[in-house]
Amino acid sequence: MKKRIALVGMPNTGKSTLFNRLTGAGARVGNWPGLTVELLSARLLLGDSMVELVDLPGLHNLHGFSEDERVARHFVESQPLNGILVVLNTTQLERQLALVLQLRTLGLPMLLALNMADEAHTRGIRVQTGQLAAQLGMPVLLISAKHGRGVPELKQALTEWLRRHPEPIQARAATLSEDDAIEHSLDELLAQNLHIPACLTPTRTDRIDRLLLHPWLGIPLFLLLMLLVFQAVYGIGAPLQDGLGWLLDEAKTRWLAPLVTALPAWAGSFLLEGLYDGIGTVMTFLPIIVVFFLAMAVVEDSGYLARAAFLMDALMARMGLDGRAFVMQLMGFGCNVPAMMGTRVMRSRSQRLVAMLMIPFSLCSARLQVFLFFTTAVFSPRAAPWVLFSLYVMSFLLAFFTAWLWRGKVRGQAEPLLMELPPYRLPTLAGLARQSFRESGHFLRQAGGFIVLGVALVWFLTHFPLDAQPASPATLAGRLAGWMEPVFTPLGIDQLLSIALLFGFVAKEVVIGSLAVIYGAGGDDLSGLLGQRLDWMQAYSFMLFTLVYTPCLSALATLRQEAGGSRYMFISVAWSLAVAWLLSFTFYQAARFLTA
Amino acid sequence: MTATCLLDVLPAGRCGTILNIEAPEELVARMHAMGLLPGRRIQVIRRSPFRGPIQVRAGQTDLIIRRSEAATILLRPCPEADCA
Ligand SMILES: Nc1nc2c(ncn2[C@@H]2O[C@H](COP(=O)(O)OP(=O)(O)OP(=O)(O)O)[C@@H](O)[C@H]2O)c(=O)[nH]1
Ligand SMILES: [Mg+2]
Repeated sequence: MKKRIALVGMPNTGKSTLFNRLTGAGARVGNWPGLTVELLSARLLLGDSMVELVDLPGLHNLHGFSEDERVARHFVESQPLNGILVVLNTTQLERQLALVLQLRTLGLPMLLALNMADEAHTRGIRVQTGQLAAQLGMPVLLISAKHGRGVPELKQALTEWLRRHPEPIQARAATLSEDDAIEHSLDELLAQNLHIPACLTPTRTDRIDRLLLHPWLGIPLFLLLMLLVFQAVYGIGAPLQDGLGWLLDEAKTRWLAPLVTALPAWAGSFLLEGLYDGIGTVMTFLPIIVVFFLAMAVVEDSGYLARAAFLMDALMARMGLDGRAFVMQLMGFGCNVPAMMGTRVMRSRSQRLVAMLMIPFSLCSARLQVFLFFTTAVFSPRAAPWVLFSLYVMSFLLAFFTAWLWRGKVRGQAEPLLMELPPYRLPTLAGLARQSFRESGHFLRQAGGFIVLGVALVWFLTHFPLDAQPASPATLAGRLAGWMEPVFTPLGIDQLLSIALLFGFVAKEVVIGSLAVIYGAGGDDLSGLLGQRLDWMQAYSFMLFTLVYTPCLSALATLRQEAGGSRYMFISVAWSLAVAWLLSFTFYQAARFLTA
Repeated sequence: MTATCLLDVLPAGRCGTILNIEAPEELVARMHAMGLLPGRRIQVIRRSPFRGPIQVRAGQTDLIIRRSEAATILLRPCPEADCA
């Protein structure tokens, strides 16, 4: 039978970090309790046997009540396991050891890894691991998953432990009645094995928090930090993207165009104006994606997200939500899908639903690509970053407005907010590299998959029938756009742009790719063309519509899965489309009127 | 100061010993896991403005707790001199 070990522990103790360290996998890591909300497994060779190691969401206790805790508990209780590898934060052993005693009632073999040994050391916290192991009746190892200390020894111990427990077994149902007995033995264990220095000096975290959580400087500093991160991404990413766009055009005119002259005209057009321009233009965003996700990883790993929850909770409470919903909205800046899944830490279903209706307005990295392209093409270099920033502000306002509209749904069932505020932690370079690598890999796979399909389809629509002028009213795309015209003309969105929006429904990455195909130009050339064809009002109206009208099919699929039915998905689509149209319409007509 | 008070009114910087928690069972269990249980001494680190949450230190763990939940925790405040 297959050998299997589960990683169990309280949230934010470093389970995913250890999982990555042991298996080389790319689980998401972050200094935010409740980052992992789903099972993730990878194979690990221990001695001569292959084992499946499963990373679980964090558990507070065995009677946990949120969705992520249920996932973890259900897995441990229903799957046969060779054992559980419990990961605790050594610096918080005095409260976390209780979980070990509760887990013991499951009757599974256990091995205890005391993580964050580095932090325990700096705080002067000492644990008698040998004695603790003897008293608990399980191996106990002190490790630092982040820096790799103690991990080879842990692997060794795991191998021996597995040899003693070769057969997977089923957990016993946990009994709640034993809690009092646990409390008693816990105090004894702690008194005998844990040494905490009596007088703790203020830590670096305390000093930083005095500033960042300052009663009235806190929120302005938050906005300033956001602006700085954003400027950094823009400042580094935009020139890189520009350079790549230039390269793309050069390569096309110098090398590729002469090569395809031998082919029939339609085939040459398909390869160059279709695939090459379409995909190439999307690929010029790779450096920005890398820089952007590096910045996200720094923020996620620093521990600042929990501070953002603290600062914004009072505001979110007005909308029936809490600070965690705000943090999910920030995570949505990367991608809406994990952000929606992240709402699993909320116990109240209605609160989760409202949060999930709000997250689609979060300006994700795919939409960022479209906006970067448009702002640099149409606006002056001085104005462009501010235009982009205004879209972020818009994204927040719409999300808040949506939550506020739905606040009645959660009234009276406000959920308790009780969460850990972890210390600030410095990310490691290797960790950052891994995080950013994973996200860019995701982007590349998408570019290789449905973006190719989308671009090919757009080429076909804009070039069929073959004797028509590409993208003219006589083509399939032209006819399609003709039907949509009454809807989009009042928004200042012309026929060609509306075709791109149609494809953007699937994913926003396709928008730029389709535009390249529609205009028959990629990279810098496309940017130049857009600058000539569109005035700033049309461009901004297009961007507003793109921001609002729906994130992408995968976000909708996630919403459907997490909400347990299609109802909220349809509500979300209808609401987004309505708001997108009204907003663009109001903006465009008002701007036209005022500038006339 | 009176002999006992609820956590939501304890000023920043003060500490107290938890006497009793009167909350739904699930929440009490979560509080236990977070290190909030009778007999433990906790300190209020800061209170956020606009009736936002409170930052509490329980042992080695810092927690964020909303005022409504804090109001379920009964404390015996320590003399002011005891708090660092
Ligand atoms: N100082 C220190 N930090 C660590 C160590 N291991 C993990 N961390 C940090 O602790 C934070 C949480 O790590 P994760 O691996 O995401 O924790 P987790 O247990 O998977 O958390 P959840 O998925 O939320 O349950 C991250 O910021 C890690 O970088 C360690 O040994 N020392
Ligand atoms: Mg995790």
